[in-house]
Amino acid sequence: MSATTESAGLFSTQRIVAGPGFSRWMVPPAALCVHLCIGQAYAFSVFNLPMTRLLGITQSTPDDWKLTDLGWIFSIAIVFLGLSAAVLGRWVEEGGPRRAMFASGLCFGGGFLISAAGVYAHNIWIIYFGYGVIGGIGLGLGYISPVSTLIKWFPDRPGMATGMAIMGFGGAAFIASPLSVLLMRQFTTPTHVGVAETFIVLGVVYFCFMMVGAMIVRLPPPGWRPAGYVAPVQAQKLITTNNVFVYQALKTPQFWLIWWVLCLNVTAGIGVIGQASAMSQEMFPGHITAVAAAGFVGFMSLFNMVGRFIWASVSDYIGRKNTYFVFFALGTILYATVPYAGGIGSVGLFVACFCIIISMYGGGFATVPAYLRDMFGTRYVGAIHGMLLTAWSAAGIFGPVLVNYIRQYNVDSGIPKAQAYNITMYLMAALLVVGFLCNLCITAVNERHHMEPDESDAIGMAD
Amino acid sequence: MNDQTAGGTTPLHLILAWGLVGIPLAWGVVETVMNALKLFS
Repeated sequence: MSATTESAGLFSTQRIVAGPGFSRWMVPPAALCVHLCIGQAYAFSVFNLPMTRLLGITQSTPDDWKLTDLGWIFSIAIVFLGLSAAVLGRWVEEGGPRRAMFASGLCFGGGFLISAAGVYAHNIWIIYFGYGVIGGIGLGLGYISPVSTLIKWFPDRPGMATGMAIMGFGGAAFIASPLSVLLMRQFTTPTHVGVAETFIVLGVVYFCFMMVGAMIVRLPPPGWRPAGYVAPVQAQKLITTNNVFVYQALKTPQFWLIWWVLCLNVTAGIGVIGQASAMSQEMFPGHITAVAAAGFVGFMSLFNMVGRFIWASVSDYIGRKNTYFVFFALGTILYATVPYAGGIGSVGLFVACFCIIISMYGGGFATVPAYLRDMFGTRYVGAIHGMLLTAWSAAGIFGPVLVNYIRQYNVDSGIPKAQAYNITMYLMAALLVVGFLCNLCITAVNERHHMEPDESDAIGMAD
Repeated sequence: MNDQTAGGTTPLHLILAWGLVGIPLAWGVVETVMNALKLFS
């Protein structure tokens, strides 16, 4: 062991290079420790109603916060997820996964603690800053922190490896939602809503859980390969053996085509996720009750999570480009089928269509890191992935706006509520056709964008 | 110092690591599915 390694700090990349006998199967649980925590963001809405009666306790008073005020907390967090992933991606990539996971844990756990102070002080701006800004930065750092490490450990199955971690992000709400309800029940008294205490417990628990991930994560030694794996000597048509520098990737058409591929795939899914409950009840009045609709949303979440792992794993066999072709072609057919399902009153067909659509929404998130690895190489894939996540932020605006405003326009035009979503479904299908065309245009990155091998080794290794 | 000097991964390490993430996730999924099934019935 070199003197440099001996003196390396706890967070240095040298310190976490795996020794002999380390199993790469320890790395996915390390990544999941982070993603299972930060994915809590999807379950933040469980706090919304309790936070509208912090003063009134049993019901809202005029001085209590409104749902519209509280909705901004999640939106700010998602915006800062995208911004921090884009801006800090290179810092994450060059500092290694442990430092990034630690910083993510500090921000995410700290965001909860600051928000608890905001609840005590009944000042929503403190919560916007705590959970929205600081927590959102934790989300961005945590989301991209294990990506390139997993790809380096699983060069033979990069889709499956990143799919596992990103599945954790989709599945975190399954833990966070019942856990938050359980904690609030424990801390609620006749004169007090237990939101602040729940925030404190969650902040501490999530920080500790993320630190476990930060402690067990390891980088493979230089030149490491899985047993029996022979790295391709020559680049395949759409899988490069070279690396592209993080900011150089922005100058390639491939980056922007993949940006649109992700944005359109997410736009089609995200608009439906937010409206699934209301849409199912309005399209099937009398058949789907509010209670049944909540069950439908639960099943959709399950397909969202499982789709992340399954589709990303499938992409290792059929290729990333073909996987997205399936998303766009099948998605177009399914979206176009939804109005038909509503027309004939088939709840089963409607539920099946949306469960498959949502599985492909999740699959799009989980497959894209491996798509970037194929295009731009492993060296800066985490940072490039971070910049690509701005497509998610954009889709977070496009999707709900399209669904909500077109529905409202149709209702205002006198179209029955049961049919108010038909045009939206056809529009989503059309968006997926555009996505199909963007995917079709993706070719290998031009050689002039590749880093020289020496440059590739030197940049970012001065930790 | 390198964190790996203590030795390689044992099956116990793997069980603990996967259990740490798998058990809470399985609990959450079962809770959600049970609730969803209850709602549909």
